[in-house]
Formats: sequence, structure tokens, C-alpha cells
Amino acid sequence: MSTELPEPPSKIDLKPGVGGGGEIPSFDITLRVRRYLPEATADAYWEDFKLTMYGTDRVLDALHKVKWEQDGSLSFRRSCAHGVCGSDAMRINGRNRLACKTLLKDLDTSKPITVEAIKGLPLEKDLIVDMEPFFQSYREIMPFLISKGHEPTKERYQSAEDREIFDDTTKCILCAACTSSCPVFWTDGQYFGPAAIVNAHRFIFDSRDDAGDMRLEILNDKEGVWRCRTTFNCTEACPRGIQVTKAIAEVKQAILARTV
Amino acid sequence: MSVSIPAPRSQRIDPKYKRGPKSRGSFEMLAWLFMRLSGVVLIVLIFGHLISNLMVGEGISGISFGFVAGKWASPLWQFWDLAMLWLAMLHGTNGVRTIINDYAEKHATRAWLKGILYVATIFIIVLGSLVIFTFDPCVAGSQLPQC
Ligand code: HEM
Ligand code: SF4
Ligand code: FES
Repeated sequence: MSTELPEPPSKIDLKPGVGGGGEIPSFDITLRVRRYLPEATADAYWEDFKLTMYGTDRVLDALHKVKWEQDGSLSFRRSCAHGVCGSDAMRINGRNRLACKTLLKDLDTSKPITVEAIKGLPLEKDLIVDMEPFFQSYREIMPFLISKGHEPTKERYQSAEDREIFDDTTKCILCAACTSSCPVFWTDGQYFGPAAIVNAHRFIFDSRDDAGDMRLEILNDKEGVWRCRTTFNCTEACPRGIQVTKAIAEVKQAILARTV
Repeated sequence: MSVSIPAPRSQRIDPKYKRGPKSRGSFEMLAWLFMRLSGVVLIVLIFGHLISNLMVGEGISGISFGFVAGKWASPLWQFWDLAMLWLAMLHGTNGVRTIINDYAEKHATRAWLKGILYVATIFIIVLGSLVIFTFDPCVAGSQLPQC
């Protein structure tokens, strides 16, 4: 028999000096945003916003503060605010980052913090780009399970080892940070781009999938994996820490192994 | 008054990003493979070339018309230099072709640059091969012993 414990009180009064994280340090920053308002001006321009922010704030919080307190016309995408939806990839101090995962205190706050839309995709407004070309390439590699033969009565069994082979590329949140950091993609937007290859990798190396050959054939295109110049911009940009360049190299090897 | 707004996910796309026709064959894969294989062979050829020309014997001060004539009297060096010429030219040309594809934004610019590149490549490969095979050390007034 278990001994009955008294129900804990719903509110506990702490002794003075116990608990609390102490003061959160605050600091002043200049947020330098690349504005583009096609209804008002033909060209994009930089606009500075002065803000007082806290040590726990992220770039997304700074953007919110501007939008909610200073200039409601500032436009950007965000949804989850916790690094899982992939909405708010942007160029922060010249590097592709998620605004919701970039703490202000980790940036140099003595200088203006620059925020721009990701490059290589059609700019629509402020930090918002047209993601359609990005998703076109994604759709082309058929990012869904294709299996031949009879459907198993129970699960589609996969060993832990087989699952491990493509574990890294399952983490993609389709934020486009990688593809829009790639100089080959910037030139003409024809390259399939790292994100499409990462998501193809996720199925090519999945033992339950039977359309690996079709995906390898698609990526053997002149705009496919062979346009990769291994600059590693994609790996550096990925907010999920996916080894993007390594995944691309593995797909190259798979195409070679298939044909040679 | 009716305004037509394209449905979400109507797949309207900036024409610049429209996917061109799918490429046939594996040319880009073979080009990628060739860059790596020729690169490995070029390491041997280029360093062999540099060591034999600049370091052994009299070194750099020994290079003269006669030195070259002496080397090309041997089929080994003829073959060596021919392989180096062809591999370096094809490797370099394919490298510059890649750079043009990566940096030229307009189709016409690409076509022009690549056209000039290919003409220059063919010219140098043909000229270089002719020099290696038709080389005659006995030019007028030659002091060489074999003339
Ligand atoms: C010493 C031996 C050499 C090795 C090991 C080597 C290796 C390579 C490799 C692997 C690439 C492909 C890079 C990529 O796909 O991203 C490359 C590119 C290139 N190589 Fe070589 N190469 C050598 C000599 C040469 C020579 C002699 C030339 C000039 C005639 C040359 C000109 C180029 C050019 C223009 C590129 C394109 C640059 C680029 O893609 O970024 N290479 N080299
Ligand atoms: S691979 Fe990384 S950077 Fe690229 S779209 Fe996926 S999550 Fe974003
Ligand atoms: S808002 Fe969802 S990833 Fe940043």
C-alpha cells in the first residue's frame, strides 16, 4: 500500500532572494531592414529602427517590436516562432538564418544588425519572397513514398540501421535557407538546389521506397546534382544542422554507382 | 466588379524559373568524373614536367631551344607533353565552361562565351599537337649536333 501524500499547495510563497532569474540584461540595437514596398517605391532600400531589447530576445522579437510598435507596414513571414515551421528564413548579417532561432545577444549589437530577404527568389515585399520556384523543384523529386508490390499486412518493416542511413535528411523543414544561400542557384534559378536534393536523399536511401532510380534519374539532369560546386554555403545555412553538402555528395555517388 | 485572384498553389511561376527541357544522357556526370580523373593524372604529369624541366640537371638555367629539341627526340616526352596538353586543355576548358554556366545569366551571353572558349580550345589543341609531332630541330643556322 502506498502512503498517501498531502496534496501540494497550489501556490508556494518563496522566501525573498529565492527563485527568479535576476534582471535580464537589456541593450540598445539598430535593426537595419531591407525594405521593399512595390506599391510605394520601385527600389528596395535600407531602413534603420532603434530598439531596446533583452538578452532573451531573438531577431524575430525585434521584428515584432518594429511591426507592433513602430511601423505596421513591415512585412515578414513567421508562424511557429520556434524553429519548426520553416517560415522565417532570412539573411541576417549576410547569413541565412531563421529569425526565430537567432538570439540578438549572439550578434554584434554594437553595429547595426542587417536583415534582408533570402536571395535568388522573386522578392514580393520586404522580407517576403515567392517560394514557388523552390517548391517546384521540391515537387519534381517526388517527395513521397513510392512502393511496388503488395502492401504488407502489418508495418513496412525497417531496421534501426536502415533508418539511420537517411536520418539526417528527415529533419528538413523546407525553410529554403540552403537553396537561397547557393551561388549556383542565384545565377538563374534553374539548379534544383540543395533542399530538393536533401529531400530526394531522404527517399532514395529509404529501404522501404522503390523509386530511388527515378529520383536519381531526375537529379542526373544538367540542372541536377552535378551543378553543385561544394561551396558548403548550404551546410552552413541549414538551421536544422543537416549535413547538406554531404547528402548531395552521397546522391552523386549513388548516381555514379548506378551508371558506371 | 470582379477581380480574379489566382488560387493558392495555382503553380503560377516567374517565367525565369520555368524548367527547361530535361537533359538526355549523362554528359554532366561524365564531365564531373573527367574533372576528377584528369586532375589526378595532371598532378603526375605537371609535377613530372616541372621536376624534369626546372630541377634535375642544370635546372631552370638549362632550358633552351636545344633542351626542348632534346626532350622531343624521345617518344616518352612526346607522349608526356601530348597527354599534358590534351588533358590540361580539356580540363581547363570544362572548368571555364562550368564557370560560364555558373556566372553568365543570359542565354545569349553563355552561348557567346562558350563559343569563343571552344574555338580557342580547338585552336590550341590542334596547334600544340602539330608542334609536338612535326617539330623539326634543324631550323636554319642551327648549331645542334644532330643537324
Ligand atoms: C594539378 C592538377 C589538377 C587537379 C588535381 C585539378 C582538379 C580539379 C577538380 C577536381 C576540379 C573540379 C572542381 C569542381 O567540380 O567543383 C577542377 C576545376 C578546374 N580546374 Fe583543375 N585540376 C588540376 C589542374 C588544372 C590545370 C592545369 C588547369 C588549367 C589548364 C585547371 C583548370 C581548372 C578550372 C578552370 C576549373 C574550374 C574551376 C571551378 O570549377 O571552380 N586545373 N580542377
Ligand atoms: S535542408 Fe536545412 S536549410 Fe535546406 S530547406 Fe531543409 S531545413 Fe532549410
Ligand atoms: S517561425 Fe517557424 S521556423 Fe521560425
